[in-house]
Amino acid sequence: MSGVVGAVLQVIVIAVGSPLLVGVMRQVRARLEGRAGAGIAQPWRDLRKLMRKEAIAPHGTGWVFRAAPPLLAGTALVVAAVVPLVTTASPLDGVADLFAVTALLALGSVALALAALDTGTAFGGMGASREMTVLALVEPTILVSIFALSIRVGSTSLGSIVTATVEDPLSVISPVSVLAAVALAIVTIAETGRIPVDNPSTHLELTMIHEAMVLEYAGPDLALIEWASAMRLSVLLGLLASLFFPLGISGASTGALALLVSVIALVVKVTLMGALLAAGEVFMAKLRLFRVPELLAGSFLLALLAVAASFFLA
Amino acid sequence: MNLVGTLFVVALSGCAVAAVAAVLAPPRARLRLAGWCTAGAGAVGAAAGVAAVMADGMTSGVSAGAGQRWSAWLPELLPLAGVRLAIDPLGGVFIAVTGVVAVCAAIYGIGYCSHGLDGRAFQLVLPLFVAAMLVVPAAASVSTFLLAWELMAISSLLLVLAEHRRRAAVGRAGLWYAVMTHFGLVTILIGLVAFAAGAGGESFEQLRAAALSPAAKTVVFLATLAGFASKAGIVPLHVWLPRAHPEAPSHVSALMSAAMVNMGAYGIIRIGLDLLGGGPAWWWLLVLGLGAASALFGILQAVVASDLKRLLGYSTTENLGLVLVGVGAAGFFAASRLPVPAALALAAALLHVVNHAAFKTVLFLAAGSVLHATGTRDLDALGGLRTRLPYTTAAFAVGALCASALPPGNAFVSEWLLLQSLIHALPGSGVAGAVTMPLAVAVIALSAGLAVATFVKAFGVGFLARPRSAPAERARESPPAMLGAMALAVAGCAALALAPTLVVPALGRAVGVVFPGREVVSGELTLRLTGVAGMISPLLIAVTLVAAASIVLGLVRVSATRRARRAARLWDCGAGPISARMEYTATSFAEPLERVFDDVLAPESDVDVTPMKESAYLVERVRFHARVPDRIEHRLYDPLIAAVSAVGRGARALATGSVHRYLGYGFWALTAALIVLVVTW
Repeated sequence: MSGVVGAVLQVIVIAVGSPLLVGVMRQVRARLEGRAGAGIAQPWRDLRKLMRKEAIAPHGTGWVFRAAPPLLAGTALVVAAVVPLVTTASPLDGVADLFAVTALLALGSVALALAALDTGTAFGGMGASREMTVLALVEPTILVSIFALSIRVGSTSLGSIVTATVEDPLSVISPVSVLAAVALAIVTIAETGRIPVDNPSTHLELTMIHEAMVLEYAGPDLALIEWASAMRLSVLLGLLASLFFPLGISGASTGALALLVSVIALVVKVTLMGALLAAGEVFMAKLRLFRVPELLAGSFLLALLAVAASFFLA
Repeated sequence: MNLVGTLFVVALSGCAVAAVAAVLAPPRARLRLAGWCTAGAGAVGAAAGVAAVMADGMTSGVSAGAGQRWSAWLPELLPLAGVRLAIDPLGGVFIAVTGVVAVCAAIYGIGYCSHGLDGRAFQLVLPLFVAAMLVVPAAASVSTFLLAWELMAISSLLLVLAEHRRRAAVGRAGLWYAVMTHFGLVTILIGLVAFAAGAGGESFEQLRAAALSPAAKTVVFLATLAGFASKAGIVPLHVWLPRAHPEAPSHVSALMSAAMVNMGAYGIIRIGLDLLGGGPAWWWLLVLGLGAASALFGILQAVVASDLKRLLGYSTTENLGLVLVGVGAAGFFAASRLPVPAALALAAALLHVVNHAAFKTVLFLAAGSVLHATGTRDLDALGGLRTRLPYTTAAFAVGALCASALPPGNAFVSEWLLLQSLIHALPGSGVAGAVTMPLAVAVIALSAGLAVATFVKAFGVGFLARPRSAPAERARESPPAMLGAMALAVAGCAALALAPTLVVPALGRAVGVVFPGREVVSGELTLRLTGVAGMISPLLIAVTLVAAASIVLGLVRVSATRRARRAARLWDCGAGPISARMEYTATSFAEPLERVFDDVLAPESDVDVTPMKESAYLVERVRFHARVPDRIEHRLYDPLIAAVSAVGRGARALATGSVHRYLGYGFWALTAALIVLVVTW
């Protein structure tokens, strides 16, 4: 029972909290850059504004263009429900497999890329092409890191991996975990379109990836996409936190108080990571597009080293 | 004769009836008669395959199961050896796949062939091709196997050549295919004949019981591996595949790509794992390496290809590569004494064969529909088919989703199973396993990622946005027979994607032929691995996904204040309406990946400037060529062809036209042969 409650709780926390996380990150950046900032609730105000606008159907677009935003948000919601953020006992344990989660996130990206191609503009094609390039190169790192993490547990189920870490917290301090953590952190940055892979606040067409794809969206569609992007960011940060620092996550049979503690722990962890990421972005510039593969190749190497370490240290 | 045998014989007779109908029926009724007969034969063949798999399950003990299997010896059908047939669950899986693909292709052909392909010869060969493919997995002796194999090769060659009068490229593709498939036949012939000679008999039972020396086994394995790899389109013997698939009529491409290439994988499993009984670990690491190389090379070529059917052909190389990764891993685990992952890997390989057959049928049939409607396969000239060919677009969308290994597609399930088998093998498989398994996982992941990019390109550029050429603009939806066949294949994909739990236990029985006495998975709605931890529920994923998307849509409905959608212009930077020339093409879509994998793909580009006659400074024309040649073909086959042609030209000097000289050649050759015989015997 507490599994179901936990799963519902984490979906609510992610759905409500993720725009606030984006707000916090923008605020941190603003303060570090010497600006006052718009406050952490600004993304929610933006979403409310977008919901009030009318939906637009650009000429020549069809069902692919319309279906992409709900599908993107849908995949983000499913992932938010199955990833162990608050509880390890998700009732949807047939979905809570690391491969399935990765593939679901990729499905969201694919829907958006197809919608971008559907517009038939050069921007859309450019964004889709770049997004797919990054996706194709990120995939090996994710899967090899998963491989490294699952060897210790003997399963790729997220619940088992996190439960094993909860039971033996010191196992995180091993070369395997450290290497896999760094590799996964890099691909998380790439997947969520943060600096140095993509710049979420740019609108300069030659440099953008994600923004180029969503250029034709307006009103409620754009609101869905922005919300889904925020959810993906918080889920991936939360997943990173759960895999390598699972403090406070509740198990199968816990009371209401423990769930509350888990929620607070999740919020604190994700906010801290988001603030750190935003602070890091202040001191970094976006990489040239064709230098990104080098970064991803580096992260792949780290993941491979993690697997090697898991074998030779076992 | 039991149920399996009856069905199998009925299926073969159906093919024969179709062939007779193709010859005798009047032109107007020919297509329908031959098409429906072939489809019926395919359906009965599929039933025979399924029955063969199921019959074995009812008596699941090993010895009792063998008694249930159908086998036949027809000594009078062929001189010397006779025909020997037997259907076990492993063969049954391949027969079932072939049968179902044949049903779709035959129905599709009724609509597709009405323009120029309704001749007697073509309609006669198609059912023969299907019959040959049904017999190959049922053959139970060397001579029967080779005969069916060659019949399959010859009939498919004739089908590839069907349109040779229309395009010159068909003839060249046919030549490549003929050479490669006969190279394969020769190596398989050498391997199997050596095997039969060593075993002292040619039936598969005698081969199974034979005690060969390890060196002889290795020779047999390597020779047959080369032949089967060439049939499966495995690097570096894949060169025929991206040529023959685009040039063949589309339903023939579907039959070849979804059914025929599987026989390569079947051969490796049958000879290597079953008849030779496994073998040293390095055999299987070789198979795994070949598979991994094919997966990567195939998908890299596919991602930069702009010919739709060539792209699908390279994707076949990729998928068969993944199948061989599974087969290789299974053999390697068996050699390392890890029975659980071995059975799992083989089940994953077989599931991928089935899944690949399903989605590749959809994709080739949809590509044929595009070709039928527009007359072009060039993605750079397509686009805008979403409104013009709505059903074809929907079918291709399903196929592309399945092919890119994303949930809720079917290939996701088989790749998941394959990855599980690789992951669960690690602790026990030694240093070789520790080095190869992570690399294999990385290869599968990279090929999955690139497959996503490939099919986003194929679907997004080919079907969405606006048309890039006049033929694409004039496209009309295909006739109902073609749409019906596509719908059938799409239904197959959906069933495999949502209910793999019905299929995988059956495949487990096929695995039991090679690795007896083990269930691979259990569970009705959730795929639960037995022996190791791991489960997934494709149905649950699909249901939650639909539920979540509906919730989101509902939320938007509730909270959005204005309901109606307003039509608006696209953002054109204020520079006037956007034309089709401003769109991203398939080539430009793949350019970043081409640049990233520059060292592997070695793309060629060439700028050709023609100055005006009057002045060297004024330019009349600038022409830019960019292409990505198949590097293996370039490096390996071009020198080989050049050498063979040089030898051929040199040999002309021997034939001067003098009769005396020719008589002299005959005399000296005979004398030399006699001398050699006298000295050596």
